[in-house]
Amino acid sequence: MTANWGRRAGVLGAYALALALLFGAAPLLLTDFRLRLLAQFLCLAMVAVGIGLAWGSGGMLTLGQGLFFGLGAYIMAIHLQLADAGPGGRPAFMVTGSGVPWWWELFRSPVTAVLGIVAVPGLLALLLGLGVFRRRVKGAYFAILSQASAAAFALLLISQQNSIGGSNGLSSFRSFFGFTLADPVNRRMLYFIAAGVLVGMVATVHQLRRSRYGELLTAVRDGEERVRFLGYDPALIKVAAYALAAVFAAVGGALFVPIVGIISPNSVGVVPSIGFLIGVAVGGRATLLGPVLGSLAVSYAGSTLSENFESVWIYLQGLLFVLVVAFLPAGVGSMPGVLRRWGGRRDPAPVPAGPALVDDPGPASAVPAVHTGGA
Amino acid sequence: MPTLRPPTFALPLTLAALMIGTSACGSRVGEETAASGESASCLDTSGDTVKIGLLNSMSGTMSISETTVRRSLELAVEEINAAGGVLDKQLEVVTEDGASEPTVFAERATKLIQSDCVAAVFGGWTSSSRKAMLPVFEDNDALLFYPVQYEGLEASDNIFYTGATTNQQIIPALDFLKDELGARSLFLVGSDYVFPRTANAIIKAYAEEHGIEIVGEDYEPLGSVEGIPTIVNRVQSSGADAVFNTLNGDSNVSFFTQYANVGLAADTMPVLSVSIAEEEVPGVGVEELAGQYTAWNYYQTVESAENEKFVAAFKAAYGDDAVTSDPMEAAYTSLYLWKGMVEAAESFAVGDVQDAADGVSFDAPEGSVTVNGDNHHIAKTALIGQINPAGLIDTVWSSGEPIEPDPCLEDYAWAESIEKDQTYC
Amino acid sequence: MDAVLGQLYAGISLGSVLLLIALGLVLTFGQMGVINMAHGEFLMAGAYTAFVVQQVFDSAGLSLLIALPLSFLVGGLLGVLLEVTLISRLYSRPLDTLLVTWGVSLVLQQLARDLFGAPAVEVRAPRWLQGNVEVFGTPFTTGRLFIVALAVTSVAVLSAVLRFTALGRRIRAVVQSRGLAETSGIDSRRTDRISFFIGSGLAGMAGVALTLIASTQPYMGQTYIVDAFLVVVAGGVGQVRGAVLAAFGLGVLQAVFAYSQSVSTAKVLLLLVVIAFLQLRPQGLFSVRTRSLV
Repeated sequence: MTANWGRRAGVLGAYALALALLFGAAPLLLTDFRLRLLAQFLCLAMVAVGIGLAWGSGGMLTLGQGLFFGLGAYIMAIHLQLADAGPGGRPAFMVTGSGVPWWWELFRSPVTAVLGIVAVPGLLALLLGLGVFRRRVKGAYFAILSQASAAAFALLLISQQNSIGGSNGLSSFRSFFGFTLADPVNRRMLYFIAAGVLVGMVATVHQLRRSRYGELLTAVRDGEERVRFLGYDPALIKVAAYALAAVFAAVGGALFVPIVGIISPNSVGVVPSIGFLIGVAVGGRATLLGPVLGSLAVSYAGSTLSENFESVWIYLQGLLFVLVVAFLPAGVGSMPGVLRRWGGRRDPAPVPAGPALVDDPGPASAVPAVHTGGA
Repeated sequence: MPTLRPPTFALPLTLAALMIGTSACGSRVGEETAASGESASCLDTSGDTVKIGLLNSMSGTMSISETTVRRSLELAVEEINAAGGVLDKQLEVVTEDGASEPTVFAERATKLIQSDCVAAVFGGWTSSSRKAMLPVFEDNDALLFYPVQYEGLEASDNIFYTGATTNQQIIPALDFLKDELGARSLFLVGSDYVFPRTANAIIKAYAEEHGIEIVGEDYEPLGSVEGIPTIVNRVQSSGADAVFNTLNGDSNVSFFTQYANVGLAADTMPVLSVSIAEEEVPGVGVEELAGQYTAWNYYQTVESAENEKFVAAFKAAYGDDAVTSDPMEAAYTSLYLWKGMVEAAESFAVGDVQDAADGVSFDAPEGSVTVNGDNHHIAKTALIGQINPAGLIDTVWSSGEPIEPDPCLEDYAWAESIEKDQTYC
Repeated sequence: MDAVLGQLYAGISLGSVLLLIALGLVLTFGQMGVINMAHGEFLMAGAYTAFVVQQVFDSAGLSLLIALPLSFLVGGLLGVLLEVTLISRLYSRPLDTLLVTWGVSLVLQQLARDLFGAPAVEVRAPRWLQGNVEVFGTPFTTGRLFIVALAVTSVAVLSAVLRFTALGRRIRAVVQSRGLAETSGIDSRRTDRISFFIGSGLAGMAGVALTLIASTQPYMGQTYIVDAFLVVVAGGVGQVRGAVLAAFGLGVLQAVFAYSQSVSTAKVLLLLVVIAFLQLRPQGLFSVRTRSLV
């Protein structure tokens, strides 16, 4: 019991520290430009939280989060464009065409826009997920399907020049739910909103992981058939996590729009969708905070390194993927454990199965196999 | 085993909600922005140097083209510094990589303006990069010099457009096809993005006015080549007099290879391209391109003392194989135009530069160019070129004198049917 | 009439390109369950091999004939290198392989950029592959005919190898049941390595073929990789005949959509059709009977 309370105190302490950094130190110490950048990274971290849930806890490698990120972002962008244009107005970019398409009108009201940001990607994920998981498509097949869906979405956006801005995307937003975006005070408010939403998402995932549902999700990841034989429907369990990850990505996309000021097909296709994964892998896919911290670290490194050494960053990004995923599948945080295990190889003493092993989806079966091979 | 699991997220959530609730809210739409809102430029002109920003894609798909623009910008900076700088201040360059991503362009532009405090930024290539940067420059009241021909219908006070707008490239090209080649029917081929779509809207309005028949129109997704055989099949069966090509980048390789292979040629069905310049010719293939037409405002072969100097300086810096092209020349010119504006204003401040811009002119490699203070474009001479077997482009037709920029096509009655961006036109 | 024939030819030539790229994946994905995202970069390596060979030999025809086997070797060796250093460690973690090879592909693209420069390089086609032959008044371009022939030959040779040789029997045995194959004395690791060599070599050769119709530049591998994986998945993993049917099916479908709609909506429609198809039939057109529950 006492150990449990100790852990609880530790968790609370960690939350307090994170909140102090996010809401205290960062806004006080950073310039407007850096704070805007951090807010942008926070939006990407929201996608990472969702991927952490779907991939880390649920074993579903989604290569297509750009689809949901883009849906959220475009719905928000449509709303902001219509709000700027005023009642009955037409967005400026629609230079050749006849009026505002009917599906734009759906998001003219702020209420439907916010609802749409959550509901449209959530429902789409539900439909896609049910179709896929019911037929027991998993692993690599699911990964490729999700990648193809992101590719199709990006192509669709590009081909709709007149109704959705084509490859230029949507940009030039003046206000955010009535607040002028040019005002630095409002930009700070956006940062606080992003930080608050991210904290909320992490807390939600934390709670989910501790619940019965979280245990089932992990069980499905590690042995889908066994869960099925126990009388649960793995498809429903997976779909729930997938849909939640989609909603997280969509909300991240929606906040990305006013913060960055543009959304274009470049941010939703195959390449950015895989880009979302690298932070999750680096931070540790199966941990609670790993995806967030990893995503923030990778965004930061990408931004600073490419400011100074353009091609170095691409090599480093590639190498990070290779080294972390191949050799540190539980993330950078597992490095000490892995090193100890490598050092301990020569010892005849049995290797203790660390928590890192239990947390890994694939490697859980791989690593013991290596040990038996050596025995 | 923990069986009882009290929700731990209640506390942080309430905290977060409180934080958001208490964080001050800024001005709402319609209100005047708070006094602290319009942060004055942090540009520092007290020393003997002044900072400028160069923002081009040095990585990603667009780096192929934008690297060459960066080179000519750097060449212009060197020349200006060697000649004593601007208002006796040496130029100090801050470079940034746009990474072929509009969001990165917006981010880096903000950095250049707010953290590096540059006097002006030079760069951008794709329309999407310009559209992404536009609100950044308008909100921060800073200056961007954009060096590429584009689709027009835009005129921001905070951007100077030193490439051609449509009435300096597309419309002269159509005049050439109609009057010189006698084309009565056209097939429109383009990449699927805003420039070809807008250009083709203008072409169709022009065609209707002048009795030219548009026999087909097709778009290939950017960076893709899979639909090219279909497009060429359509072009061939259309029997058009000429093809107007707004394809961009690598799609051109497949298009011209297939075009030549099915037996179409410049003397039977000429192709006029507006996105193929000297540096793209070797990649597409000289053999396939020889004899085809292009529309620009500058070619490496332009005969003038200024161009000889520019080409020689460029080859001295980057090797004998280096070629010069229209966007490179427009970028080079943009720095000199900025210098001219600053010297006319005797100030680096954005407002002063904007006020002094009208009428500033420069003897550029392409010929004399003059800034139009109303729409921030420049008067340029239109040149139609023909690709020669050596891979360079020879001028075959010229508008003779600089054409006044008309980004909104206000002087063309037939263009009224084209719907325009209400913000600028 | 010639429009129909022309479109059919356009579809078949696209199908051949997809088939050439996907054929290597059929082996590596089918046998090892490995998703090699760097497959597209082996293609790029093959294309650049053709470029380098052309710098040495002036005759475009001769250099093409040299480049074809050489690029097979280059692609194959790159593949084996990747297999030995990384993929062999990750056989039980196919999803991780996907991410690792994605990292490898990033590195290879940047490497090509630094070695050959970002702009596209020109690989000249030999005289006899320029122009066209007319059939019923429809021009069939010889460059694309060559690709169709190369694809058909590759399929024939690969099927023959799989069917009639000892190596082929070993590969088929490993595809169907790795454990049982090992029990009967097949060195599955060695078989994997050979498959990887052949699969990657085919990608290299496809790269040379692509220089005839598309540009040679560092990012060329990415253009086709998603489509190629869809061909493999839609055809049924490990199935050469499935890949053939899927590749030509997708090619012709794309041509039909492109003609009836427009080129840019054709691609979207095509991807949607494949996604829908895989929802209905996740095992693809053909499937190996295994004891797995999927």
